Amino acid sequence: MTVLASIADLSVTYRRAPRAALSGLSLDIKAGEILAIIGESGSGKSTLARAIAGLLPERTNVAGRIDWPGLDGAPRAGRDIGYVFQDPGSSLNPVLRLGEQVGEGARRHLGLDRRAGEMEAVRLLGRVHLPEPERIARAYPHQLSGGQRQRVAIAEAIAARPRLLIADEVTSALDVLVQAAIVELLVELVRADGMTLVFVTHDLALASGIADRVAVMAGGRLVEVGPAAEVVAAPRATETAALIAAHIDLATPPLVGGAP
Amino acid sequence: MSFLRRLVSSPTGALGMVLLGVIAATALLAPWLSPGDPLRIAGPALLPPFTDPALPFGTDRLGRDVLAGLLHGARTSLIVGLAAAAAAVLIGSVVGTIAGFAGRLVDEALMRVVDAFQIVPGFLLALAFVSVAGGSLGTVILAIALSAWAQPARLVRAEVLSIRERDYVAAARVIGMHPLEIAFKEILPNALPPVLALAAVIVAAAILTEAALSFLGLGDPNVVTWGSMISEGRNVLRAAPFLSVIPGIGLVAAVLGVYLVSEAAGEALGRGGRP
Amino acid sequence: MTGPLLIAHDLRRTFTSGGRRVAALDGVSLAIAPGETLGLVGGSGCGKSTLARVLTRLVAPEAGSIAFMGDDWLALGGGRLRTARRHLQMVFQDPLAAFNPRATVGGVLADALRIHAVVAKAERAGEVARLIDRVGLPSDLLGRSIREISGGQRQRVAIARAIAVRPRLVILDEAVSALDVSVRGRILELLVDLQRETGVGYLFISHDLAVVRAVSHRIAVMAAGRIVEEGPAASVIAAPSSGVLKDLIGAVPRLNGKPA
Repeated sequence: MTVLASIADLSVTYRRAPRAALSGLSLDIKAGEILAIIGESGSGKSTLARAIAGLLPERTNVAGRIDWPGLDGAPRAGRDIGYVFQDPGSSLNPVLRLGEQVGEGARRHLGLDRRAGEMEAVRLLGRVHLPEPERIARAYPHQLSGGQRQRVAIAEAIAARPRLLIADEVTSALDVLVQAAIVELLVELVRADGMTLVFVTHDLALASGIADRVAVMAGGRLVEVGPAAEVVAAPRATETAALIAAHIDLATPPLVGGAP
Repeated sequence: MSFLRRLVSSPTGALGMVLLGVIAATALLAPWLSPGDPLRIAGPALLPPFTDPALPFGTDRLGRDVLAGLLHGARTSLIVGLAAAAAAVLIGSVVGTIAGFAGRLVDEALMRVVDAFQIVPGFLLALAFVSVAGGSLGTVILAIALSAWAQPARLVRAEVLSIRERDYVAAARVIGMHPLEIAFKEILPNALPPVLALAAVIVAAAILTEAALSFLGLGDPNVVTWGSMISEGRNVLRAAPFLSVIPGIGLVAAVLGVYLVSEAAGEALGRGGRP
Repeated sequence: MTGPLLIAHDLRRTFTSGGRRVAALDGVSLAIAPGETLGLVGGSGCGKSTLARVLTRLVAPEAGSIAFMGDDWLALGGGRLRTARRHLQMVFQDPLAAFNPRATVGGVLADALRIHAVVAKAERAGEVARLIDRVGLPSDLLGRSIREISGGQRQRVAIARAIAVRPRLVILDEAVSALDVSVRGRILELLVDLQRETGVGYLFISHDLAVVRAVSHRIAVMAAGRIVEEGPAASVIAAPSSGVLKDLIGAVPRLNGKPA
């Protein structure tokens, strides 16, 4: 696989922060792969995602480099990288109709006029499997459920047909049923369009179900990276082993017996 | 950077702190800077300023020392300003908290009272109160507080309505906390920040209202205030404008100082406050 | 005591949302035995949070009855309700929002002890120290502000606050959902330990079936304001009859493979 982005020795320290959020991180993102970035809160995974997308706040201390051999030149804002945030409530503008917001990316980056942009917005809303996309295009964010809003946010992120889609903890605020559906949607979209997906999450099991490769982070450092099945079957880093041990599913022996 | 450092680092904050600092200092030190009764006769009448080194700002129609009046007047203005604002915020906070927390009929009833106080122009209300209750420092403070408490009440009520829905208030109810304790210990302290920002404006308005009441002769006649000095100077405005201008400058400096500091404080809180 | 700790019968509650009446609770009945953990699962919008709020008397039901410790729970009011509340406590989902932003760890626990006069005033400090130790936190946390400690630590303080008043039943509403994976297991172990030690009952509400399975003796499944399935935890999971439960089982992420 060709390399889409190459991160070399990246270190990030936020303004007025006592410690580095990322230190000395080196990682390649391969074109067309699904790469999961796993870590607990404070591990630096969201910082890494934002650094890749160029979304770090001004005056943040950044050292190291990110090269983009898979693109012609540096990524264009809003065009080459799509970003989906954890909280759809705050990533969608509450006073704009959804069709307008979703169509914005397409209009701006694909040069569509207003009418074509509207039609493209409806098409995108249908693509993310929202029922009655014309009605949704005229609706406002508060009229939808959390899962539906997240689908809209995904539609907005892919509107400009980016090469890379970054999903930053997009399922953490959703219940398991909706979570599974959103994850399925993301996989379907990236496979169909040949996009690269960087999937940031704290849930190793969720990631291992869809990812080609898994990168595990802890304390701002990359502690392990490799094919998902291998990392889960034979973890090399203690942090990875701890995450695996802490995983609870239906096969885990319960803590209580049949009756009190 | 601590809050104070941020406050003085901006030009607004620095200037405001200087103005307020000077005025507060003169208010505190007045009895030592200018000992004796400021209302006593100190020299010949209508002495122009900068002619006699012992009376640098001259004298008024009765021969009273203008500088002494300026310094002691600062005390009155600040005391009345701060006390009235504190009383207004206190009354407003209590009423606003009860209205917001109790809801329904109690809320409706209290809000109609707040409406009534807001409809009457503040100054006229203070005027009416002082006319009826007599002019003393206490009634002046109370009058201004009555004219100013309605806005803090609304602000606190709005905050309380929002905070009431938060999980920690629910947690307090589940634990079995008494409603009064929830209202005044859990909710009110968290509802105060916007009101404190308003408090600065109330202080400035209170200083001006007090000056206006004194100007009309309705204040405390035994205390020298900038307003009464301006009023005195009115009669000889053409011949000796300095009698009104000098205390007027004092008022401008005080109000400007309060506004500048509250602006800078708001900025300092906003920039550093939220995570 | 003999007989069930809590019996809820035919609880009903509607809300108006967007001009429509929605039945959040549509005839919910359940029972919890002393010292038992009843797990309550369902997707978002199924009514489980409304049920928690109705049981804790934060919201009034429109119909139905609740018998708690043999008394008519809904008939209590004023001072008698406040006193009786000590036996029915709750732990909330968002540990940060569940505390007064100005609170300190020690202050929160002291308040709970004071309100119900659990111990004499002179012994309060000692009891606070005992509680903080019981939930596995160091005593130097007592003077710290609630905002300074981590999410997992905060939830331990929330549990300490709930058990400080020695309740018979604690409702846990998505109590571990906002916590890191590695922290969840330890909190669940703490809860199970406390139950063994004190005989407290739990109503454990979550959308995460795996977590519920780990700590529950019996499981009830909610959908659209009703209980659609109920039974001993192991049997219900092994042989689900309702569509909702089957979906929930399927949505649990498993390590090393795609969810079934």
